[in-house]
Amino acid sequence: MPTSLLGDLFGRSPFQPMQRHMELVRSCVAHVVPLFAAVAAGDGATVAAERAQIDDLEHQADMIKNALRAHLPKGFFLPVARRDLLEILDFQDNIADTAQDLAELVAERRMVLPAPMAEPMLALVKSGQQACDAAAAVIAELDELLEMGFRGREASRVETMVDKLADQEEESDRLEMEVNRILFALEGELDPVTVIFWYRMIELAGDLADYSKKVGSRLRLFLAT
Amino acid sequence: MDHTTAFVYLAIAAGFYMAWAIGANDVANAMGTSVGSRALTLRQAVVVAAIFEFAGAVFAGGNVTETIRKGIVDPAAVAANPQYLIFGMLAALLAAGTWLILATRAGWPVSTSHTIVGAVVGFAVVGLGPDAVHWPKVGQIAASWVTSPLVAGGIAFVLFTVVRRTILEQEDPFARARRYGPFYIFVVFLILGLLTAFEGLKHLNIDLSVGQAVAVAVAIGLTAALIGAAFIHRIHIDPEADRDFHYANVERIFAVLQICTACSVAFAHGSNDVANAIGPLAAVVNVAASGNVAQASPIPPWVMLLGAGGILAGLAMWGYRIIETIGRKITELTPTRGFAAEFSTATTIVVASLTGMPVSTTHTLVGAVLGVGLARGIGALDLRVIGGILVSWLITLPAGALLASFFFFFFKGLFS
Repeated sequence: MPTSLLGDLFGRSPFQPMQRHMELVRSCVAHVVPLFAAVAAGDGATVAAERAQIDDLEHQADMIKNALRAHLPKGFFLPVARRDLLEILDFQDNIADTAQDLAELVAERRMVLPAPMAEPMLALVKSGQQACDAAAAVIAELDELLEMGFRGREASRVETMVDKLADQEEESDRLEMEVNRILFALEGELDPVTVIFWYRMIELAGDLADYSKKVGSRLRLFLAT
Repeated sequence: MDHTTAFVYLAIAAGFYMAWAIGANDVANAMGTSVGSRALTLRQAVVVAAIFEFAGAVFAGGNVTETIRKGIVDPAAVAANPQYLIFGMLAALLAAGTWLILATRAGWPVSTSHTIVGAVVGFAVVGLGPDAVHWPKVGQIAASWVTSPLVAGGIAFVLFTVVRRTILEQEDPFARARRYGPFYIFVVFLILGLLTAFEGLKHLNIDLSVGQAVAVAVAIGLTAALIGAAFIHRIHIDPEADRDFHYANVERIFAVLQICTACSVAFAHGSNDVANAIGPLAAVVNVAASGNVAQASPIPPWVMLLGAGGILAGLAMWGYRIIETIGRKITELTPTRGFAAEFSTATTIVVASLTGMPVSTTHTLVGAVLGVGLARGIGALDLRVIGGILVSWLITLPAGALLASFFFFFFKGLFS
């Protein structure tokens, strides 16, 4: 078979796999709210089922991540900095990992959500999920950005989306502080080890939005300056 | 002179084989981009290639043929022994043909232009001595191999930026593309028409005045623009296509534009590469007919047709399969990118053809695609290909030269 310079010139574009990865991360995180709703309701069977879903989706995302890394050799010329792209991938990966950690903790330690904390905790994970959705929406614009050479109207549109994502992260921070305050008030009534793990859970729930925001702010570097 | 007749037939066979190899291998690179972006189906690509390769070879292929035929070897060096030119050119054809077979077997992407130039220089240096070579001309040719990808890359970069600014970044890109599309088509054909009318037709003994040439080019441009406009106006916004990807409809319009640039690349390729096959053949025929190394004799039209026919045969028998293979590999190239890359390639090659420079269409196209990539237009380009190009230069020239001198001494020892 004769080789063709032109055929070899085109490497596998990393942008579609990036988008597929983020889509999986998004559907993985979508199980976190039902997970905590089940925890609040004390429904152990649903907790286990949601956790299994989260594990499965996280695993699928990992496969894409590994394949993407393996197919992005240094000799590739990309329209964006290779390192930034790989870092975004890492942040996307972190979001799914966080969801997995949350699921593992609540399931393995059979965490019981103290009633006063239930509503704000659900609000916090919901906010994390919204931030993740916003990050996924930004990543979904990658192919349009590529079409436009990362400039012009499309670039400013994405800029606005990234701003909204940052707002969502701030909202999540605020909710995180609120849940922390409630937990602090409950400290005397709860088992100390449980308290420590709830602080850990709250932090992880806040990380969903943190990593989502990082996806957006790193992507901002792609936009023409 | 029975030997001479045998040599002419041998040269015809070897020249036809070279043309066949060009049609089988090289045309694929010119057309693969259009199939890859789905601007053309495989069948359409073959038809377009057939028509425009043929036209390019016949209308604008004369100058490069002249370069190969008598630009590289100094006629004075063979004036005393005209049969040496016959041996040499035949040796060059056989060497290039052999090298192409070997390289293709090994999977090396070599250029026919580089091979034939290496072979002609090789037989001249070894067989006739270094003084027999027009070194300034060879220097120009070598320089053109470096400049053609660079120039094409530069044009592609600018062109893609212009397309982005005037269409993609605008408020309603679809309406913009519809309005400006025919204008872009006009420019494509105007440039090709002007270049061809001014320079290419001389070999067909058609001499146009400046006014006539401009009029012909404008007429060609307008006709193409009108036809293109008719096609573009049949495209309406398809909301289904835009649901996932906002610019899908704009790309549908550019698919029409890319058909035009595909035609022009095929034309350009025909105008440049046919010479690799028929340049040496024309030299052999010329000496055989006149018995001396006459400067003024024109290229016989049947030689031109033989070359063009060989390209078509190669395309029909084998080339279409390679077009399909390449097309599958480069789906990342969308019509806006394909348009920019092909337009700049075609323009660069036609200029090279008309100044008599045998360049590599594939390398030029690679340069153009990299230009679009520099404008941040393509997902991922594998720069290791550039290393492959450099290696193919380094290997092809000595290989062509070595094989050609071998064949030359073989004929010389046998017949003189």
